[in-house]
Amino acid sequence: MFAPYLLSGWIVASLVAFAAGFTGFFVVLRRESFAAHALPMAAFPGAAAATLFGVAQWAGLLVAALLGAALLLWLKRGQRRDAATALTLVALLGLGALFLSLSGRYANAVYGLLFGQVFASGPADIPPALVLAVLVPLALLLFFRPLLLGALSPDFVAGGARGDVLFLILLALAASFALPVTGALLVFSLMTGPAGAACTLAASPRAGLLLSAMLALALIWSALALSVATGWPVGFFTGVLAALLFLAARMWRTARPVPRWPGPA
Amino acid sequence: MLDGFFASAVVQNALLIGGAAAALSGVIGVFTVLRGQSFAGHALADISSSGGALAVLLGISPMAGFFGLGLLGSLGLGQRRRADSDLAAGIMLGAGLGCTALLLHFAVSQRGVAGAAVTIMFGSLFAAPPGAGGWALGGALAGLLFIACLYRPLLLASLSEELAALRGAKVRLLGFLFLVMLALSVTLSAMSVGAILSTALLIGPAATALRLTRRPAAAMALAAVLGMVCAWGGVALAYASYSWTPGRVWPVSFFITACVLLTYAAVAWRRG
Repeated sequence: MFAPYLLSGWIVASLVAFAAGFTGFFVVLRRESFAAHALPMAAFPGAAAATLFGVAQWAGLLVAALLGAALLLWLKRGQRRDAATALTLVALLGLGALFLSLSGRYANAVYGLLFGQVFASGPADIPPALVLAVLVPLALLLFFRPLLLGALSPDFVAGGARGDVLFLILLALAASFALPVTGALLVFSLMTGPAGAACTLAASPRAGLLLSAMLALALIWSALALSVATGWPVGFFTGVLAALLFLAARMWRTARPVPRWPGPA
Repeated sequence: MLDGFFASAVVQNALLIGGAAAALSGVIGVFTVLRGQSFAGHALADISSSGGALAVLLGISPMAGFFGLGLLGSLGLGQRRRADSDLAAGIMLGAGLGCTALLLHFAVSQRGVAGAAVTIMFGSLFAAPPGAGGWALGGALAGLLFIACLYRPLLLASLSEELAALRGAKVRLLGFLFLVMLALSVTLSAMSVGAILSTALLIGPAATALRLTRRPAAAMALAAVLGMVCAWGGVALAYASYSWTPGRVWPVSFFITACVLLTYAAVAWRRG
């Protein structure tokens, strides 16, 4: 289970899960699950364009993530939030489909980007993941109060729009860098399931943030272990366990209702 | 060149499926945008993709697979009130995509169909099964007829749930029936542009039409026409692309998506 060639996979997945747990807390509070699904898809055109035009992968990802966030912010000005997100999603995926098919490694790349091949990652993937796992939580902690207030009472905070821009750019960058290694499904499940459960269970926002990161780690470790044991894809266990975790938290809370901070639902 | 285009059975099939999917999606899409259920629409598409993967694994019709799982998904999504649907849709989307990953894993390792992920998620209209055009047309007509029967109560419930409930409409039943129709339109779009891109046909033309007119019936007709023009234009461009890069066809899903988005961008730009 911890064979040397699997070790990079364990480390990278844990680092990504830690960052995703932090980000997911705000995703759930701001009810931005759809954006958390759509913006990371910038990795499709980003990674494929980098291969096609022969530039470094990080450059392609950076440009695509920023373009995706900018597109979403522009569309939001004249459109309902969910419809604007849907249009951003298909724009990114449509471009990705073109670049991937032109670069000639369509089938493998699509499966990898969507469902991930964590155990295919090597030692070279660890440093970027480490940077991600340090910088993203740090940025979120730095802006903890404005982001939290902006999420809970958007009308109350002056400059709420600035918080929105900051959050979406952070989300796009963090997720699209994690995506080529872990796949869209893994990142998204790690951002919604544990955070949803944490927001249901925690007694305060700070506890919720911590619990979310802890649950994300527990989730990815169980998924990796089950995947090694069965030989089935990691994405399957992550997606299904995330849903079970969320359901269990909801049932626990229904059985023992307590007064709590005004989180979502 | 045009003679060859219309004479080809593959192209006829593609035009039939694409047109049927676009017409139904345009009408359903206007309701979806008005109800603020774009994410539910996308989540249904991703859930139904596991039906597509199951169909590959079992060797049954992809349309049956997509629709079967889409129905299951709409049962799950229908449990929720609209207010806290965002997270629930996200969680179900993750679980659905997880099952797709597992089924594709089996399909690739047991049946050796390496391109299945691309076909299911990103579609390949030119590779649709020969008889699928007739089924798509029938499905689209049935869906449009069903919507026509429900038109007034569904529209009222979409604009204001409270008002509809006051007037005695069964709001929850309507919401559920709408999700079933959404699953049908997602199935047809998944056959044309793939599960994950089906949102392009659902939301794109509807959002464009709603910026051009505020009258719901006019918006639906306009969205259906816009969607069909984009779908057919996409098929024609993909057919023509064979001569741009010799020996390789650009993905037809890209052209359809691009037409949809460029139309939206042009309208949004002019309207400011």
